Amino acid sequence: MKKEFYSIAKLLEKNSKILDVGCGTGELMKYITENISSDIRGIELSKSNVQKCVEKGLTVIEGDAEKDLKQFPDSSFEFVILSQTLQAFLDPENVLNELLRIGKKAVVSIPNFGHWKVRLHLLLKGTMPITENLPNEWYNTPNLHMCSIKDFENYCKKRDIKINLKNLKIKNFFSELGIFVIEK
Amino acid sequence: MSKFNNIKKIIVKKSLKLDCGQTINNFPLAYETYGKLNDKKNNAILIFHALTGDQFASGINPITKKDGWWSYALGPGKAIDTDKYFIIAANVIGGCMGSFGPSDINPDTNKPYGTNFPVLTINDMVNAQYNLLEHFKIEKLFSVIGGSMGGMQVLQFVSNFPDKAFTAIPIACTASHSAQNIALNELGRQSIMADRNWEDGFYEEKNKQPDKGLAVARMAAHITYLSKAGLQEKFGRKLQERDDLKFSFDADFQIESYLRYQGSVFVDRFDANSYLYITRAMDYFDLTKRFDGNLSKAFEKSDTKFFIISFTSDWLYPTSENREIVIALNAIGKNVGFVEISSDKGHDSFLLDVPDFLNTVKNFLNTSYKKIK
Repeated sequence: MKKEFYSIAKLLEKNSKILDVGCGTGELMKYITENISSDIRGIELSKSNVQKCVEKGLTVIEGDAEKDLKQFPDSSFEFVILSQTLQAFLDPENVLNELLRIGKKAVVSIPNFGHWKVRLHLLLKGTMPITENLPNEWYNTPNLHMCSIKDFENYCKKRDIKINLKNLKIKNFFSELGIFVIEK
Repeated sequence: MSKFNNIKKIIVKKSLKLDCGQTINNFPLAYETYGKLNDKKNNAILIFHALTGDQFASGINPITKKDGWWSYALGPGKAIDTDKYFIIAANVIGGCMGSFGPSDINPDTNKPYGTNFPVLTINDMVNAQYNLLEHFKIEKLFSVIGGSMGGMQVLQFVSNFPDKAFTAIPIACTASHSAQNIALNELGRQSIMADRNWEDGFYEEKNKQPDKGLAVARMAAHITYLSKAGLQEKFGRKLQERDDLKFSFDADFQIESYLRYQGSVFVDRFDANSYLYITRAMDYFDLTKRFDGNLSKAFEKSDTKFFIISFTSDWLYPTSENREIVIALNAIGKNVGFVEISSDKGHDSFLLDVPDFLNTVKNFLNTSYKKIK
């Protein structure tokens, strides 16, 4: 399992009600079910991924986070997880609002565009950065709205969203991923 | 009735108050079972058939001598595994495979009921079948499963008996019959009623059969079970055993010949009045009606784990209508999974060899069963 998933799982509370938005093949959900809380649901865009989740015995609905989160009532989950997909939405602001509406807390991870390798790549090569977490070329990347840890922090400040992390300046330089717990 | 002498049935002694106001009792409910009920009685699955189905879901139907309607899904090692689960399937009341239906003899007249048979609802069908739980002394079913009208019965079952099924799989169905659904059913009914041999529904006592009307009803319905792409791929404009058009109204095209064949074999196994009564029950189906239009309320008391399945090319009960059920369940925090399976086989996909569908059902059942064992 990806290191990121262990970091996300650590931020969750035991036996809490959780929604994994864009749960993929259900790897993280399975880990959470077995170790943290079995009260977890997923929503996933890809049909074949949903079928892989069903194979694992997970409760998942096929759906699009940009349209289908509105069916969940306010504060219906203790935690809503969004792992590395925020930057791929057409309207990430709307998705963030929905996460904070249906979840008491949201755990959001983003590939950090402020990482030193990314900065160096653009500075020295003058081309769009390609790293382990950002493997695609500019013409085939699913990422429409890249941001840095600092951008995300600024956004939360502007929108009065509480954010858990400290030392963000250092993290913005040295972390390839930003993982946040946010709440309204 | 003699042809149904050797099939399994229970006589329901308890009175059943129908939605139309009439009460029935001492009526036959024909059923079939597959697999074995275990000692804990926790491996039972009740499956509900669609409009023209019956209790013979798998193996050879002893009356028609054809394969059971769900042979792809149900059997040893299959999606609904008869080596593991005990499967009960009943013929709906109003049907024509041994359960109480319009061709039964009315004791008041000593003639078949015909159109004096009471108009039924999906609710009535489900309440009648509930008696099978008592018959087999099953406290709680492991699952209730059905496609199309069978899916409607699944929804109605969970709504009526919220603590009687651990899991439910409604497939390619709706919570409320749409105007288009009603229109298509009305087309079929009018076709039957336009046949001179229908005799206002009393054809049996006159030794007649409205075969032409019933065949046309089946032909029209059959088109709605397929997709445009599926039809085009299978038939296109291919000609039927001829090199060129005949400039007549014979079946020049393969699709015509195919539909005529479907119509002709259907009349041998299905009763025209049953077709009227069952389509009527589907049209009356609106699970939201009793709940002020709020579908969520229909499931409020349920602890059943749902898995809902639709098909990309099903335009009769499209994904959007299946998704309404998902939305209603999520709105009240119920446990629901959902997937739309890619298939160009139209509404009929649930009856056919569609591996993604069959695997999904199998995986959902097997992983859920591990949790209750």
